[in-house]
Amino acid sequence: MNDSNPDNTTRTIRVGALARVEGEGALHLVMRGSDVEKVQLEIYEPPRFYEAFLRGRDYTEVPDITARICGICPVAYQTASCYALEKAMGVYHRVVEAPGIQAMRDLIYCGEWIESHVLHMFMLHLPDFLGYESAISMAGDHGPTVQRALRIKKLGNSIVSLLGGRAVHPVGLCVGGFHRLPEASAVAELLPEVEACCDDMVELTLFLAENVEFPDLDRDYEFVALCPEDGYPMNLGRIKSNKGLDVEQDAFGEMVVEQHVAHSTALHSILKGRGAYMVGPLARLNLCYEQLHPRAAELVPKIVKAIGKKLPWRNNFLSLLARGLETVHALALAADLMRNYKRPAQCRIPITHRAGHGGHGTEAPRGVCWHEYDVAEDGSITRAHIMPPTAQNQITIEEDLAEFARRVTDLPDEEAALKCEHLIRNYDPCISCSVHFLKFARTWETAS
Amino acid sequence: MTDTAKPKLAVYKFSSCDGCQLSLLNLEDELLDLVGAVEIAYFLEARRKTLPPPYDIGLVEGSISTPEEEQRIHQIRRDCKYLVAIGACATSGGIQALRNWARLDDYAEAVYAKPEYLHTLETATPVAAHVFVDFELRGCPVNAQQLLELICAKLIGRKPNIATHSVCIECKRLGYPCVMVSASKPCLGPITNAGCGALCPSCGRACYGCFGPMEQPNIASLGDHLMQDQHVDARGMKRMLRSFNGYLEPFKQASDHYERLES
Repeated sequence: MNDSNPDNTTRTIRVGALARVEGEGALHLVMRGSDVEKVQLEIYEPPRFYEAFLRGRDYTEVPDITARICGICPVAYQTASCYALEKAMGVYHRVVEAPGIQAMRDLIYCGEWIESHVLHMFMLHLPDFLGYESAISMAGDHGPTVQRALRIKKLGNSIVSLLGGRAVHPVGLCVGGFHRLPEASAVAELLPEVEACCDDMVELTLFLAENVEFPDLDRDYEFVALCPEDGYPMNLGRIKSNKGLDVEQDAFGEMVVEQHVAHSTALHSILKGRGAYMVGPLARLNLCYEQLHPRAAELVPKIVKAIGKKLPWRNNFLSLLARGLETVHALALAADLMRNYKRPAQCRIPITHRAGHGGHGTEAPRGVCWHEYDVAEDGSITRAHIMPPTAQNQITIEEDLAEFARRVTDLPDEEAALKCEHLIRNYDPCISCSVHFLKFARTWETAS
Repeated sequence: MTDTAKPKLAVYKFSSCDGCQLSLLNLEDELLDLVGAVEIAYFLEARRKTLPPPYDIGLVEGSISTPEEEQRIHQIRRDCKYLVAIGACATSGGIQALRNWARLDDYAEAVYAKPEYLHTLETATPVAAHVFVDFELRGCPVNAQQLLELICAKLIGRKPNIATHSVCIECKRLGYPCVMVSASKPCLGPITNAGCGALCPSCGRACYGCFGPMEQPNIASLGDHLMQDQHVDARGMKRMLRSFNGYLEPFKQASDHYERLES
């Protein structure tokens, strides 16, 4: 404790607008001496009322509308909407079993994971570890690393564009499958770049494990993720946790209680009778690392050796490496899917609309993104319910902050805030999504 | 040239999905050159450091939907010499402008348990409804190459080369079969502004209007055709027009017309 901060003084740290996150949120910490009195992750991203205006829309319009919840992970919203509505329309099993369709949904999602993970790892998160205010400043000293990352990010976008026309709000996916699937030649043309980026991502991930210092944190999280029987989480599978949660996709909504609190336009989620939980790359890796693609799996022991920590990891600062492993996984999986690609005769299952209900979550880069819809006989939506990943993580982020803030009470305000911001960015919070989450401007108030 | 002499660029977010700002970061090949040509003075999604105004170019993403945003946009206008609204939210109000046709209380109650915690305006409106805007770049999301063209044109002092004709023209130039003629799909291409590169027709689907109305669109003529020949009803017409640019004239006026025909 330094002299300027005697034990009995209350200190308020407010970061009015969080930087390098997607959307608008703020951090509010009140400390008395070395005790943390209050932690709030304030989300003031304006509400946009998606679940309200989806009512009355035609079910076919939903994936294009929900994509607009988030410009960073539109594919997550599109896939979750599609599967939930395919259940409502009674064609889900035909879609996932149709040759080619499911594989291409995995491929477009690989593109989004690559683009979103690399953007977050190198542009938003790594500057925290290396002590830069942005990737722009970091590029001055680490130009080649930033350029390698940009190349891989671009490749991720190219995969999304291959199947969806463009990287942000792609237009290829529809309820039932795809509007169109690409020529085999277009897929083959992109394959060498996927293979080259996969090799480079292996090196970059190992480089991070060997050269970055990770702050300590050890928390007993409940990790929640999709756990398919035959692969790493992405589009399909039961929803499970490390503490015994094990439910069918449809039933997940009933397991979650969403609370509306005054300091957030994102709803806080807890698991009924269980409490706060974590979704995202660390949750997926801890639950399913044995299912990683062999290219990523062979990297695990090297990374474990470099950082001296065996899986499972209970420190979300290590999410940087989890994202690296997942990016390698996504690149290797994408290459496999592309090598085996044959343009299927049918790119979507025909649907005759009917009244129905369906719930489904897919693994957005930030974690489970779960949707539920009621559809009327004429195909119009009567009820929509969307649980974005960052909203599900919000209580866990606040609990992390409460634990972590105790260690930064000796630091000056500016530095203490930086450390806390770093912790928040471990979650790659996507605030635009969850409001349906977080903004960083900097105003400092030192209260007495 | 020293850093202080570089033009300063500011990027702001209002009610939106971040997709248009992301389009700037998606210029992977040009990003480091762009950072060489302009000083990124304010861009919270990308950097923590901010430089004080004034800024030479301000890019605004998102619509104005809260009392705080209404205040902030006026300050931003004062801070920026050249202010550009980017994307459907900033130029039309965006998909969230659908609430402009509803009662806000009904919407708030549908999503939030305690609507009294919310501080939001009755409407979501474009930037130009509040302050003078020097240029509007359409699209949901904007086309990243158009964004680059806009910034380059401003830097060298010429008019940006942004097409104002319809998606149909792009579609014909690219040689795609017309989805309306060949597949009887109700397409908004004839009345929608170009800029996407006729993406939806390239995927064999109908344009859904994400770049908003072209200059002087003949919506009545397209409406007659879709209703007579393709069995779209008035409700369908209203829904097609009321999406990502629904609150922008003349889509707004036409959608109100079809709403009256519904009853």
